[in-house]
Amino acid sequence: MVAVRLWGSLADLAGAPEVEVEAATLGGLLTALERDYPALKPQLDRGISVSIDGRIYNDGWSTPIAEDSEVVLLNRLTGG
Amino acid sequence: MSRIHVTTTINGEETDFLCEPQQTLLDVLRDDLDMTGSKEGCGSGDCGACSVILDGRLVCSCLVLAPEAEGRSVETIEGMAEGDKLHPLQQKFLEMAALQCGVCTPGILVAAKNLLERNPDPTEEEVRYWLAGNLCRCTGYDKIIRAVMETAADLRGAA
Amino acid sequence: MPKDEYQSRAFNIVGTRPIRPDGIDKVTGKARYGADMTAPGMLWGAILRSPHAHARIKSIDTSEAEAMKGVKAVITRADFPKLDLDPGMADILDNSMAGEKALYDGHAVAAVAASSKSLAYAALDAIKVEYEVLPHVVDVDLAMKPDAPVIHAARQDETVPEGLSENVTSRSQYGHGDPEEGFKKADLVIERHFTTAATHQGYIEPNACLAQMGADGQGDLFVCTQGHYMVRDTCAEILGLEAGKLRVTASEIGGGFGGKTHIWMEPVALMLSMKSGKPVKLVLTRDEVFRATGPTSSSSTDIKIGMTKDGKITAATGTFRLQSGAYPGATAFLSAMCGFAPYDLEHVRTEGLEVMTNRPKAAAYRAPGSPMAAYAVESVIDELCQKLDLDPLETRLKNAAREGTKSAYGPTYPAIGLEATLKAAQEHPHWTAPLGENQGRGVACGFWFNFGGNTSVNLMVNPDGTVSLSEGNPDIGGSRASMSMMAAEELGIPLDQVRCVISDTGSLGLNDVTDGSRVTFAVGLATIKAARHAIEIMKTRAAMKWGIEPEAVDWVDGAAVPAGPNAGKFPPMSIKEIAAIAANTGGPIAGHCEANAEGAGVSFATHMVDTEVDPETGAVKVLRYTVFQDAGKAIHPDYVEGQFQGGAAQGIGWALNEEYIHDEDGRLLNAGFLDYRIPVASDLPMIEPVILEIPNPGHPYGVRGVGETSIVPPLAAIANSVSRGAGVRLTSLPMSPPKIRAAVKAG
Repeated sequence: MVAVRLWGSLADLAGAPEVEVEAATLGGLLTALERDYPALKPQLDRGISVSIDGRIYNDGWSTPIAEDSEVVLLNRLTGG
Repeated sequence: MSRIHVTTTINGEETDFLCEPQQTLLDVLRDDLDMTGSKEGCGSGDCGACSVILDGRLVCSCLVLAPEAEGRSVETIEGMAEGDKLHPLQQKFLEMAALQCGVCTPGILVAAKNLLERNPDPTEEEVRYWLAGNLCRCTGYDKIIRAVMETAADLRGAA
Repeated sequence: MPKDEYQSRAFNIVGTRPIRPDGIDKVTGKARYGADMTAPGMLWGAILRSPHAHARIKSIDTSEAEAMKGVKAVITRADFPKLDLDPGMADILDNSMAGEKALYDGHAVAAVAASSKSLAYAALDAIKVEYEVLPHVVDVDLAMKPDAPVIHAARQDETVPEGLSENVTSRSQYGHGDPEEGFKKADLVIERHFTTAATHQGYIEPNACLAQMGADGQGDLFVCTQGHYMVRDTCAEILGLEAGKLRVTASEIGGGFGGKTHIWMEPVALMLSMKSGKPVKLVLTRDEVFRATGPTSSSSTDIKIGMTKDGKITAATGTFRLQSGAYPGATAFLSAMCGFAPYDLEHVRTEGLEVMTNRPKAAAYRAPGSPMAAYAVESVIDELCQKLDLDPLETRLKNAAREGTKSAYGPTYPAIGLEATLKAAQEHPHWTAPLGENQGRGVACGFWFNFGGNTSVNLMVNPDGTVSLSEGNPDIGGSRASMSMMAAEELGIPLDQVRCVISDTGSLGLNDVTDGSRVTFAVGLATIKAARHAIEIMKTRAAMKWGIEPEAVDWVDGAAVPAGPNAGKFPPMSIKEIAAIAANTGGPIAGHCEANAEGAGVSFATHMVDTEVDPETGAVKVLRYTVFQDAGKAIHPDYVEGQFQGGAAQGIGWALNEEYIHDEDGRLLNAGFLDYRIPVASDLPMIEPVILEIPNPGHPYGVRGVGETSIVPPLAAIANSVSRGAGVRLTSLPMSPPKIRAAVKAG
């Protein structure tokens, strides 16, 4: 299981600031979150960024996640 | 709409064109004479991207009506280098990275050349005030001011 | 360690300051920007815009304009296909051409294409639009009230709490700990409200494009943009075209700063071309640029910070309200993430709220959301330092985030450079230089994320051994120079053997927009990988020639060499020699890389500024300015410095002069460079850039993005210097002379 920290609005929807899901990759994480926490689906559909061990990822489904990885969901980043 | 026949000298070459009475010199340079080095940043004389020299005087070509060029001499960025030989200001701007996006660069070079012809030894403050009519949004002006000052010093040394 | 991770090495080309390859064209006037292209039979486009901030469009009569000689097409929203678009795409279409309502002063309502520029504008005058003027709102706080005029109904997402106007479309919250507990441990708690005005990116080149649509559905678009692939994909979607049939070429770009990461009028030009069957050039006026493209959000912020008397922050909270203009999509979430990111906080909570108003659709502007947040946070930290008699740099160092700090937005930081910038600031002579009367010295820190993203690069070894490098990101600040340098470095060849071009959308795989300070990091990474790919191929070709295994070949100083004594004795085979036998050894040689570069490193800066306030006029003169920023690794230091200096100058404008001013009817009063005053040369001193290099572990050369962070600290740095010099703490930007004069007089 991987512990996933949620930002405030998502924490309200999921009912907890941190949830645990079964995932070994970023793609698996997104699938598991949508399955186990359907209230998060609208935001997942709009797009999110994911910090894995301090580095930020947007898309790569195959990005590995270890059991002890620090995983934090973030609003999808945009820039200028 | 009846058009006006204008005969003028651009970068030393006698040139003639037909224009509408309300057309600006900038429009004619860019749209009719294919000299797109002068840029339109505002169309109101506030940004200096269209700077040209008219009978030795620095002007915004967006504020000059094209018929006013009749019988006069216009110098644009296209005439600044002599063939392959860049003007010292152009060379210095390259060497000192005094441009980023480059869209204000033609106007700034034309204005700076006119400054150095009038004042070969300007202070930093004089350069800053002379170029205050040429907006640059990329560089913070630092490298531009340095390039103009260094070119002036080089030219004084060579003279 | 994977090969794309940072490895310490000596560089030959990276870190030097060669002349940029696109420079000559730019100093001679030959470079082609958006408005500089023409096509045979070309028409001129022009757009009619709403004079009202909020109005229902009752009718549009185009008959008189259509009847004019030389007018070849007149379009309104009715000419665009009615497609089932997702809300974001529908907004882009509606912003390009208004549907039922005009939502801001300057919103496009009709457009024409005519055989001359003057005729196009005359035709606009002949179009009759009947409006029903509606109540409007342009202020972010007023727009949040339950009784505010609603811009669009039912656009709130599930994060918005009850009881707010429908104009509030999204809410984000970040943080950890229990701030209420933390505030109890503080010796001093300061709570302040701040506002910042909307400011425009102010690029000198107005938006421009040349569109040519064929009857067969194939089209070409030449456009100044930060992302021509984005332009292609968006225009194709909202016009019902296939992306592959639309080829978009990026012109040279005369500044963008985020403002050209969006679609403004490109679909209008394409539609005019479709309807007229001719190429159409559409160039916005400066007035249109101000009224209808980009500015960044205005903001309203509450900040509360508690500090012990020895300078430790015990807790911090912030609420950031950003107006998004006429459609959802401000970057308040980035304010909520970035505001406290420089600090190691046990208790922190932030909230970002996005609010629609009757203003042009807000656009990204260099580190969007971060400058206004840093302005508020760094102002309160400075006031705490003043009241507790603490050194502002020491105090920031005491609270600085470092490797292992849990950031205010959640993740734990890897190696970061904030402390290095603060220490460099302490050691710099600027910090201890004497100050005169009415002069003050301010410091502030800033944070920005930096991105990676989708990137494609081709690197072709030509038959004569020269190298053609194709990248797909418009070169906005010298990226052709830095990419050529990285390619030459990796290949081990002289820089002049590489020429880099920006490919059109038909010639290279997808590239994300030039944004998020991503290009030197992500395109650089792809360039290095493409070079390594080409090297692998060239080693194989040399091995074939030598009759040995490819694994027995190394690449040293631009040539294949046998790897060790057992591989055989062969003289080095240069890239030219390998290129010459390409046809005999398998055909053309090209390396490429298509990747979604992730893992960009975050960036920090500390700025220091001296100002002098004239107590009689309230005018602020910037006397001295120093930027300390971590670049990871500066590929071409001149252009890194240029980013530091340019960002600082834009921040100075934001702090002191720039603002959108609306009249009571919601019309923009200062849509020109005379009245919207960006800093000019005589407003500024030299801006000293101090480059620090703390390598980004996720890039082979250690590169971090540098383009955006530099606009984050100046707003607060200037406010803090004014406070220390003139004894007045302003909480509203811009700090224009009348505001400062009034504050000084009030004492």
